[in-house]
Amino acid sequence: MKKTLAITLALSLVLAFAGCGKSESGNAADAADVKSEGVMTHAEYVAAELESEVVIETYVQAKQSWWDNKATLYTQDKDGAYFIYNMTCSEEDYAKLVPGTKIKVTGYKTEWSGEVEIAEGATFEIEDGSYIATATDVTSLLGTDELINHQNEFVSFKGMTVEAANDKGDAFLYNWDGSGEDGNDLYFNVSLNGQTYTFTVESYLCDNTTDVYAAVKNLQVGDKIDMEGFLYWYEGVNPHITSVTAAK
Amino acid sequence: MRQLWKKSLLLLLTAICTFSLTGCHGSRGLPEFTVPEEFDTSRNYEITFWAKNDTNKTQTDIYKKAIADFEKLYPNITVNLRLYTDYGKIYNDVITNISTNTTPNVCITYPDHIATYLTGINIVVPLDSLFAEERYGLGGSEVRFDAPTQEEIIPGFLEECSIDGHYYAVPFMRSTEACYVNKTYVEALGYTLPETLTWDFIWEVSEAAVAKDSDGTFLINNQKVMIPFIYKSTDNMMIQMLKQKNAGYSTDKGEINLFNDTTTGLLYTVAEHAKTGAFSTFKISGYPANFLNAGQCIFAVDSTAGATWMGTNAPLSDISADALVDFETAVMMLPQFDPKQPQMISQGPSVCIFNKSDPQVVLASWLFTQYLLTNEVQIAYAETEGYVPVTSKAQNSESYQEYLSRMGEDNSTYYDVKIKASKLLLDNLDNTFVTPVFNGSASLRDASGQLIENVTKSVKRKETVDDSYMEKLYSDVTSLYRLDQSHQSSMEKADLGKLPSTSVILLSALAGTWCLILLYLVLSAVKKRKRSHNTH
Repeated sequence: MKKTLAITLALSLVLAFAGCGKSESGNAADAADVKSEGVMTHAEYVAAELESEVVIETYVQAKQSWWDNKATLYTQDKDGAYFIYNMTCSEEDYAKLVPGTKIKVTGYKTEWSGEVEIAEGATFEIEDGSYIATATDVTSLLGTDELINHQNEFVSFKGMTVEAANDKGDAFLYNWDGSGEDGNDLYFNVSLNGQTYTFTVESYLCDNTTDVYAAVKNLQVGDKIDMEGFLYWYEGVNPHITSVTAAK
Repeated sequence: MRQLWKKSLLLLLTAICTFSLTGCHGSRGLPEFTVPEEFDTSRNYEITFWAKNDTNKTQTDIYKKAIADFEKLYPNITVNLRLYTDYGKIYNDVITNISTNTTPNVCITYPDHIATYLTGINIVVPLDSLFAEERYGLGGSEVRFDAPTQEEIIPGFLEECSIDGHYYAVPFMRSTEACYVNKTYVEALGYTLPETLTWDFIWEVSEAAVAKDSDGTFLINNQKVMIPFIYKSTDNMMIQMLKQKNAGYSTDKGEINLFNDTTTGLLYTVAEHAKTGAFSTFKISGYPANFLNAGQCIFAVDSTAGATWMGTNAPLSDISADALVDFETAVMMLPQFDPKQPQMISQGPSVCIFNKSDPQVVLASWLFTQYLLTNEVQIAYAETEGYVPVTSKAQNSESYQEYLSRMGEDNSTYYDVKIKASKLLLDNLDNTFVTPVFNGSASLRDASGQLIENVTKSVKRKETVDDSYMEKLYSDVTSLYRLDQSHQSSMEKADLGKLPSTSVILLSALAGTWCLILLYLVLSAVKKRKRSHNTH
């Protein structure tokens, strides 16, 4: 009887702790690793050759754009991320792709200027399940070869310092060289341990009505900030930032 | 950074679809523009100028300076600048704004796009009468700056702005394509660059460059990546190859001849070299300049207006300094099938004026447009890239000639690759061509590039490219770009052919019904008259 009670209590405690550990992703987080038949794991996706057909199950984290029945998405499962470029998608279905939505995607793996993605023309179906990734802190990986292992993931950077974006001392630029105007992509420089990196607010992902766009426009050189965003790649790391706050 | 093309593609598709839905039909249009007798300087005018730049701060600064200088000359005209970095977005926004009568006043554009705008009524101002106007026309007596005369605009460039016998734009800048070559690697492979590149030479050297060691490292650059031949604009690639082969593409009247045996043969060649990894495209792999500068490409074909990104010492670069490789850059004419009769495309921005209900506003727009042709603007803008000015007045000016002569003095203003690119066009003005412009020519251009993109992608994915593949490809591309729909010249009445039989039956039934109704009315009237006669 005592043994039974002890086991029951122990199980209750284990389950209770496990439950606390779960965020909004809920049970689906555990299910994220379990792939349907014929679906690749993230490791298999990473190992797949470029220009080969891939079938994945993943969860929408953010939507970049839709037009002419093509959707561009930032997606992720528990093991890693997948950037999906111009997936075939009706406007009606695009509306269903809220963050967390589980989708099965069939397409081709490709690479464009260092960004590994699922190429234009992939197809998808919505499945049961939900998962929202929490940001992985990759601050310490900046400048290391290990960073690319987190390509396209939702990540965070902590305690970085805003540096001048040009010789005039501006804290940000519209377009990479300042040739744009309000509504265009924002580019800003941040440094850590003497190394400077260029981060971007991608205007299709976060337009000029968003908090992050406004926050970057208010940056001052020397500000210490924390950031979250997607670890996009273009000839090197080029994070698409979705949130900027004062460093804690 | 320059990864804007993906957005551009979206926008271009947006434009095509939007215009096909909202387009020109049902609009009563603005009144036809007539040149006012006098420019009313007692009034203030506010005009908008939608300008395209190559994501280049210097270019945007030149636009801003041009506006400021113009406003000093005409204090009653305010010019509001809106900046764009790609033509597709401008096209999209113009089309959206046509439907709401909110087009800009002055707009950088392509003649292909103007042909689409012209399907509306009095949307774009024909410039013929403005050119010739004695006081406000080109070099007119009342113009407050040193404007070029019509004769001083390079005739070939001006002719590119003529649609159905009328000028609807003025050229702003001109460029062509160049092949930027890693000469160091060509020679390391045991080849010597010929005076004029041929397609055979490029394919041969490219195949030699994909040799690897047992570890998968390319022998030529000791790297894991090497794409010897990368083409930026595959629509230009197909168009120029067809022109050089004197094969069909389209006619002036908008007949589409793209899908022919020569095209098929060219696509098989592309497939052959894409399969070995010797060839790829910008859309599939990335910017040619990035690969060239990293020693991962030998032949990079791109616009002369992209010259500042090319070469070890390029003033602009998207790759990190540690990825740059030291090599000698040769700037050459794009490959030819017949080096004795070279053919290359003429391209670059033009400027059109949108019609408004107030002709004085149009005249103010015209004066600003004309200002963009002054030496000050022309020379300054041309020097930002491998462009050439569009007027002989600017080209022959002491200032521009001095600029050309100082080639190589530094790696910024006088960057040798950039000036060589400009000279390439200046030396070959007689060897340039443009494709016919008609409503739908922009789609045909996209379709021609899509053929190369699809074939290249397919062989990389190990699909079989054979006759049945080609047949399906032609069908798919025709459908995607709506090439099976009528694309008549905008000013011509379309020959719609015979009516379908169902339409004939329906119309006959309607006509018969109307006849019976009329007959009934006539008979009723006769009876009524008879009754009237009987009662009176």
